[in-house]
Amino acid sequence: MSAPVVDFHKMSDRYSADLRHRALIQKALGAYYVKRDEFKSRFQSWPEARNVAASIKYDAVNHLDDYLVEFVEKAEARGTKVCWAPGADEARAYIVNLARSRGVRSIIKSKTMTGEEIHLNEALEAEGLEVVESDLGEYIVQLREEPPYHIVFPAMHLTRGEISDLFHEKLGTAATDSPEELTMIARDVMRRKYREADMGISGANFAVAETGQISITENEGNARLTTSLPKIHVAIVGIEKVLPKLEDLALFLPMLATSGAGQPLTCYNSLIGGPRQPGEVDGPEEFHVVLLDNRRTQILADPEQRDTLSCIRCGACLNVCPIFKNVGGHSYGTTYQGPIGSVITPHLRGLQSWKHLSSASSLCGACTETCPVKINLHHHLLQNRRNAVQEKPTAWEQVLFRGFAFLMRRPTLFKLAARFGFLAEPLRRAVDRTPLDPLFAWTQSRAFPPLAAEPFSAWWAKRRGKSA
Amino acid sequence: MTPLIRRPKSIDTVPFVLFRSYDFRTLLSLKISLFVPCFVDQLYPNVGISMVHVLERLGLEVDYPEGQTCCGQPAFNSGYWEEARSVAAHSLDLFADAEHVVGGSGSCVAMMKVFYPELFHGQPGEEKAKNLSGRMWEFSDFLVTKLGVTDVGARFPGRATFHDGCHGLRELGLKAAPRALLGAVRDLELVEMKEAETCCGFGGTFAVKFPMISTAMADVKCASIAETGADFLISNDSSCMMQIRGRMDNQGTAIPCYHLAEVLAAQ
Repeated sequence: MSAPVVDFHKMSDRYSADLRHRALIQKALGAYYVKRDEFKSRFQSWPEARNVAASIKYDAVNHLDDYLVEFVEKAEARGTKVCWAPGADEARAYIVNLARSRGVRSIIKSKTMTGEEIHLNEALEAEGLEVVESDLGEYIVQLREEPPYHIVFPAMHLTRGEISDLFHEKLGTAATDSPEELTMIARDVMRRKYREADMGISGANFAVAETGQISITENEGNARLTTSLPKIHVAIVGIEKVLPKLEDLALFLPMLATSGAGQPLTCYNSLIGGPRQPGEVDGPEEFHVVLLDNRRTQILADPEQRDTLSCIRCGACLNVCPIFKNVGGHSYGTTYQGPIGSVITPHLRGLQSWKHLSSASSLCGACTETCPVKINLHHHLLQNRRNAVQEKPTAWEQVLFRGFAFLMRRPTLFKLAARFGFLAEPLRRAVDRTPLDPLFAWTQSRAFPPLAAEPFSAWWAKRRGKSA
Repeated sequence: MTPLIRRPKSIDTVPFVLFRSYDFRTLLSLKISLFVPCFVDQLYPNVGISMVHVLERLGLEVDYPEGQTCCGQPAFNSGYWEEARSVAAHSLDLFADAEHVVGGSGSCVAMMKVFYPELFHGQPGEEKAKNLSGRMWEFSDFLVTKLGVTDVGARFPGRATFHDGCHGLRELGLKAAPRALLGAVRDLELVEMKEAETCCGFGGTFAVKFPMISTAMADVKCASIAETGADFLISNDSSCMMQIRGRMDNQGTAIPCYHLAEVLAAQ
């Protein structure tokens, strides 16, 4: 595998030039913008809701040590088994060992980005276990053997035709253009799998400290079946998912639905507080919560970027990001795409290998503007760039910017250099838009404006000379 | 909020000004230092000249402290904060005594107003940076917010669409000010484009580090501009114009592009 930066350039260049992809994503998000704005306006005050949400998460993140312990105590009191997983290896090992010791053969999964983060499917499949994704979008990308395209809409890059072809090829079903029929095909497969599965694996959108419950938000009912039909339910929960109080959900559930999917509330919201209790007739016999750190505590240790742990993974920043919309989710090569992914991946997977994502931004700030919990995303991208340079500057860049600083502190020299540029302009024009052009990175796709014969400073000096 | 002077309806040719919260004396005593960023100086001098004309037409005294270069943003945005600080220190000294610094590029103004305090956080020069931040104005913001002026007596016939530079829009919160000014320009019709608030893809060094992505973003912008059928494009940031106009020229779809100051200077 080549370096992430090489892959990113290759993929993002290809997608940027792919007009079909661009049109598809624009169309897919068009309806979202309308609905998101409609349901934002149902809040008495969206800006105030953002303030409150940010302050609740601020409290949760800054008192993570207390709230996590409270969550675990409450959860264990109702028979939930909790695993504190410092890293991906420990989390995977816990789940694999659990499956092995219980004689599990078949696993059904609902959507979990933390599961993607720790590459859980690969680990389970290596054990010879059958793993089936029950979220429709996730199921589609699983059949295509590719990672989710978007943290909320895993298959948004595919048309109905492509999905129909995929089902035809993999499941032998007849071609159809109807979303209902396509859903029914997947549903037929799922219903069988739910009955067969010995273990259900889910993520969690929130973990409520006050009650020891996890909260799951979804639209298909698949998470509800995944977490209640099999004998064993395992939930993988990032430690940043904690909310202090149950009543906090009154804000966060509609906020997540509005920001994430342009819905007032998602169709299903489940609160799970433990395995089947004595006297209850259904629910899993065992309920395990894997609390995943996986370098989140490293972010916690950085006061400047700690607020990124407030993220509720709504995907709103992806949906407004002009970079995401042009390069697509797969170019990033990360579990978390878009602005939030570009900010946190360097923390989760190494700054030097992933710093290019922070540079691949025009810093337009649309992400920060839309973020429901007010994470200062585009300023964090700037900080990542600074941190990367402080840690290990690129030699040629450092020479360039030292030269730049030298020049810009000397106005006379700057003026001279600019005049030299003006005089040399005809020479550059001769090689305009060829690789010999010193401005080729610009001129290969854009015209460069001519330098003025009389700059403003010269105009001003002349004018003042006249009036004096 | 009552205007002190109302423009008589019968006199359309004389530039009259609606002053909201300032009397003449306060207004005329304002000292304005013009900030003309390096690339505007060298590539778009007419933007600076137009700002001078508009401000002087309003009866204000304008000064241009000589020795201006760059705000340091390219180094800052690339992560070279030490180099950026040394350039920024030059600007801090240059404008140390200025009462109000007015610049015509939202991005460079945002650098000095918003990012200098961040750049100098915990460093020598922090006080100076914070101090300049409070005196720093983007051109349209200065006219509308500080002076309370929306009608500068301009006339510019045609249909135009307006591009919001991201730094002006999101760092400085300039959505209404340029539109209020354009709304008072005679014979000008403003048609909003669908992607008005979408980034044009310039982003400074981003444009040359990731030219393909940057160009794709420019194409989205250009398509949105073309959709409006506008005769020309107006923006309050010349750097975005360089990107948009550059792409249009390359594609042979160019329409005239004007900086807000150029439109306001026209009569």
